[in-house]
Amino acid sequence: MPAVAETRKTVETLGQNTYKWGFETDIEMDIAPKGLNEDTIRLISTRKNEPEWLLEWRLKAYRSWLEMREPTWAKVHYPPIDYQDVHYYAAPRKKPGPKSLEEVDPELLRTYEKLGIPLHEQAMLAGVEVPEGQEARAPVAVDAVFDSVSVATTFRKTLQEAGVIFCPISEAVQEHPELVRKYLGSVVPVTDNFYAALNAAVFTDGSFVFVPRGVRCPMELSTYFRINARNTGQFERTLIVVEDGASVSYLEGCTAPMRDENQLHAAVVELVAMEDASIKYSTVQNWYPGDENGKGGIYNFVTKRGACRGARSKISWTQVETGSAITWKYPSCILQGEGSVGEFYSVAVTNNHQQADTGTKMIHIGRNTRSTIIAKTISAGQSDSTYRGLVRMMPKASGSRNFTQCDSLLIGDRCGAHTVPYIESRNMSARVEHEATTSKISEDQLFYCRQRGLSEEDAVGLIVNGFCKDVLKELPMEFAVEAQKLLQISLEGSVG
Amino acid sequence: MNAIAPVGVNAAAFLDRGDVKANAQRQKAADFLRHAGLPRAGVEAWKYTSLRALADVPFAAAPQAVDGSAVDTLLAEVETISGLGAAASRVVFVNGYFDVGRSRLPTGVKISTLAAGTLPDDGIDPAGDVTTALNTVLARDGLELVVPEGVDAGCLLLVSIGMTQEAAPVSFHPRHRIVVETGGRLALLDASVGRGQYLHNPLYDIAVAQQGYLSHARIQAEGKQAVHLAVSHARVAAGGVYDSFTLTLGASLSRHEVHAGLTQAGASVHVNGAQLLSGHQHGDLTSVITHAAPDCVSRQTIKNVLSDQARGVFQGKILVERIAQKTDGYQMNQALLLSDGAEIDAKPELEIYADDVKCSHGATVGALDDDQLFYLRSRGIPDATARSILIRAFLHDVVDQIDDQRLKDSLNLAVEAWWTREVA
Repeated sequence: MPAVAETRKTVETLGQNTYKWGFETDIEMDIAPKGLNEDTIRLISTRKNEPEWLLEWRLKAYRSWLEMREPTWAKVHYPPIDYQDVHYYAAPRKKPGPKSLEEVDPELLRTYEKLGIPLHEQAMLAGVEVPEGQEARAPVAVDAVFDSVSVATTFRKTLQEAGVIFCPISEAVQEHPELVRKYLGSVVPVTDNFYAALNAAVFTDGSFVFVPRGVRCPMELSTYFRINARNTGQFERTLIVVEDGASVSYLEGCTAPMRDENQLHAAVVELVAMEDASIKYSTVQNWYPGDENGKGGIYNFVTKRGACRGARSKISWTQVETGSAITWKYPSCILQGEGSVGEFYSVAVTNNHQQADTGTKMIHIGRNTRSTIIAKTISAGQSDSTYRGLVRMMPKASGSRNFTQCDSLLIGDRCGAHTVPYIESRNMSARVEHEATTSKISEDQLFYCRQRGLSEEDAVGLIVNGFCKDVLKELPMEFAVEAQKLLQISLEGSVG
Repeated sequence: MNAIAPVGVNAAAFLDRGDVKANAQRQKAADFLRHAGLPRAGVEAWKYTSLRALADVPFAAAPQAVDGSAVDTLLAEVETISGLGAAASRVVFVNGYFDVGRSRLPTGVKISTLAAGTLPDDGIDPAGDVTTALNTVLARDGLELVVPEGVDAGCLLLVSIGMTQEAAPVSFHPRHRIVVETGGRLALLDASVGRGQYLHNPLYDIAVAQQGYLSHARIQAEGKQAVHLAVSHARVAAGGVYDSFTLTLGASLSRHEVHAGLTQAGASVHVNGAQLLSGHQHGDLTSVITHAAPDCVSRQTIKNVLSDQARGVFQGKILVERIAQKTDGYQMNQALLLSDGAEIDAKPELEIYADDVKCSHGATVGALDDDQLFYLRSRGIPDATARSILIRAFLHDVVDQIDDQRLKDSLNLAVEAWWTREVA
């Protein structure tokens, strides 16, 4: 029975007690010297063969970054980061394009395999063209980003026929400069915050998606982000623009090797939805969380924001955050278009010494805008997890609505779970509702499961999955399965 | 973290008035104020309330001698609002000084006043927050009341009257200490009124011992130009109850900060309140409830009714320490916006380090419910009356949470009086 096989596989994974994505790929890298100054930025810009305006934009960001202070309001603690001790550019060394799978760097292929990318897609990722139309199931187009450099993108032809642009942002700068120039930084300005400014100055790659008017993107788009090289920061930048009446579903997965030292990840994601457009953005974040003593792990300081510019547009964020030593992330929606909709579904799990301060911002500007926030926070071990969210009703947001639900689950008595919602309303006809609860796994539920022969660990897994159901059901199917397993693995060792 | 506290507005005008040399607490408070300044936007604990305006007003020390007939008029007003009548026991403070002539001291309790210049060693961190620091530097007088073991001290009215002379702005900073010993009981109705431009900055040091009971209802009905900055530090021991309520009606700018600590198992605290604001009033209720022992209960319901360009702020934090298993914490914050210019800012916060707890909070913001209005209108009730019924029902819900019937009646009267004035 598949269910039994599934359970066995899960138990096996649990038994390993390791971070299964903790491998390192030995690929020849092109690395810039450590440190950040205008020369580093010029180097990145030159390597990327960027137009003058983009270099100026980066330098402007860098100059304002110099004036900015690192934010300290989040409930996270870490030693000061030396921003000069990081490589700001690391790229897999370019070779002439491979003609078949055999010619592809085997290390890269092995990485894809470990990442769980199906073989036919591996070929695509590696740049080998396979006759299309062979796909039996609905395919997923994948863009793989290694240390902030996009290495390959699949299914570009199919997408092109539909009019969808899906390519590395560095390529979009060359091929669609007018689009990039129009939208880059229009949602997250270069001076937005410390990490966003840093990203704007040094970003090396990321994904670019453009769905033209009236097009429903024929397949799900997916990006795998991986930090590989040592002492590098990953600063990718994603820009998704969806025109009137168009729609797209975008998935993002993140992994990194196990290392003793902390690595910085400061990404920026910008979404633009025009009239009647819809964007669904799903993340399964599984950066290396550090070991059980809190050594190593990724600092995940990310700015994600979507602008619902057109009437009736919709942006939906779904995130499952299990990785990273520290997560500082607030995917937000600016609901400008009349009747636009913002959604945020989040599961954040922390174990051992992880710290997460995550949530969302819903800024209601237009009339009759609606937003829903469902956030589930699970803390185990000695971790601390905070939901921090803002709902703001601006004076013109008549008839707008928000509903927020935040639930926290504590596993063990050495962890912390916190809820910090900010509610600001300046419109009398806008309605805001917020509720939050904190509890532990009930003895009754555990007893019920144990009595039916489930091990304590499986019982906890089952209960946690039930607790997160409202969020997990928002994920695309393949991701939902992966996320459920991740939850179980992340909480491993937290009971008993 | 490399936290650099944002520096607020210079508090030098206040510091110059304080005699800080004599006392270590005052010295510490002054150092804190000198460093932190008066909060302005950007300081997290004062996210929605800025004291910037205070820096521009030359507040002088409030005079002890003022126009007696004006004081009597205000005192009569308080008696009317509270419904307690002229016969009730009362303690009267005028411009922060104890007014023995107008007070009618109750029997069975120990009453004294803070001698000028001395500060009791009450264990309150003088540098914990700005309101406390300001009071610590400038406190001159205050009520010291002890309800002895097992005594039911009944109901006491504490009146504070603020008064300017020749319209020069003044400030006063009384420091009150209320102790309920083991098994003692007290219902304290605390009303602040006044005229002119003044700053009233009271500190309440409250200790409820085992099985003790203190119901403390505050009616803040300060003058229209007044600034009211109050802070309560309450500690509740095993089986003790501190039932508090703050009704904010007056002042152009006000904030009441409550720090309540549940220090022994089985203690309870209620931090309820209502803010009824109109015009350009700004009212802030901020509380930090710390569960520092197992099996304690905290309850909080805050309601805001805001019209015109009024701005209501609620910041409520429930902190559950690791030791505080079996905590039962509940917090509800609701706001009714009656006009398009009104604004509510709320930050209900849970910080939880114990796993076997039951903590929840809820918040709602909106206008009067159209369905409810329709229900009443369809039964022939005129629009204005229907609105009045709904607003008063909204408020009744929270006033009803007050345990002590005498205080509940007084607060209901005060809400009714406010409503009559609003409609007029």
